[in-house]
Amino acid sequence: MNKKNKIKIVVNGRLLTVNIKFSLKNLIEKLKIPINKVAIELNEEIVNKKKLNKTYLKNKDKIEIVHFIGGG
Amino acid sequence: MKLDILKIANKKFKSRLIVGTGKYKNMKECAKAIKISGAEIVTVAVRRVNISDKSKPILMDYIDPKKIMYLPNTAGCFTSKDALRTLRLAREIGGWKIVKLEVLGDKKNLFPDMIETLKSTEVLTKEGFKVMVYCNDDPLMCKRLENSGASAIMPLAAPIGSGLGIQNKINIKILRYQTKVPLIIDAGIGQASDAVEAMEMGCDAVLINTAIAKAKNPFLMADAMKYAVQSGRKSYLSGRITPNFLGSPSTTKKGLI
Repeated sequence: MNKKNKIKIVVNGRLLTVNIKFSLKNLIEKLKIPINKVAIELNEEIVNKKKLNKTYLKNKDKIEIVHFIGGG
Repeated sequence: MKLDILKIANKKFKSRLIVGTGKYKNMKECAKAIKISGAEIVTVAVRRVNISDKSKPILMDYIDPKKIMYLPNTAGCFTSKDALRTLRLAREIGGWKIVKLEVLGDKKNLFPDMIETLKSTEVLTKEGFKVMVYCNDDPLMCKRLENSGASAIMPLAAPIGSGLGIQNKINIKILRYQTKVPLIIDAGIGQASDAVEAMEMGCDAVLINTAIAKAKNPFLMADAMKYAVQSGRKSYLSGRITPNFLGSPSTTKKGLI
């Protein structure tokens, strides 16, 4: 494995290693996330879900993927 | 009687019972209790998706947001910054504009931090949110929230999850007198009579979570709360008799032998 072609990102607090030129759309597909039921933040900025395929990830990017759970 | 409709941020509701979706044993139980309660609005929280265990059930698979209105909340937020971040994310999930703001100030008693709450209400209102605000029962702070554009004032009756019922009735009465937007008791309801009392005081609705979710039989309590809210509302609208310390016979003396 060539480390030069890899980047490290943090998704929901977990460290993941992915290829360079990896888009948010690739990530959502890899994690099998139901896109219409979540919201996504990249480095604390909300990402427009229509632009996921154009949003490429960089080393040390922090991604949060949230959804609704039970709460009062 | 004409149909008694609850209007929040121009949306109309028949039920005056709002229920929380937390603390249930599982989502199936939660969904069933909500159905029995007849609630048209449920509160939901925003949390991280579990990316390592995708077998975890998803709330939307059990409670259809097209049939029951999701009211995203900011449960667990202690700063305005966190609350704003949470609600902006909630809006992004699917266009939710009506939201419940709660900025807590103390981890033990869960009282709201009213300074942060007021700041957040101002920002959110400017961003186009319709903000239903969890707050303390202080008439001055509630007035300031209303003046900042809050869509509903939601004072606590007692600490969240305490089940103590309405502790400060005078304040709730003052709030009823001064509040023009919907006044909703949020937190502290323990049993059906508490819900009746809130409605009889003229509150527009009540929000209940723990009292139903943690009852030994949540389904029976959901049913009890449904009727308590209806009963209290009708009692309020009916125009009660004036309380009197002396007795007044129910039967005429005429024809007495």
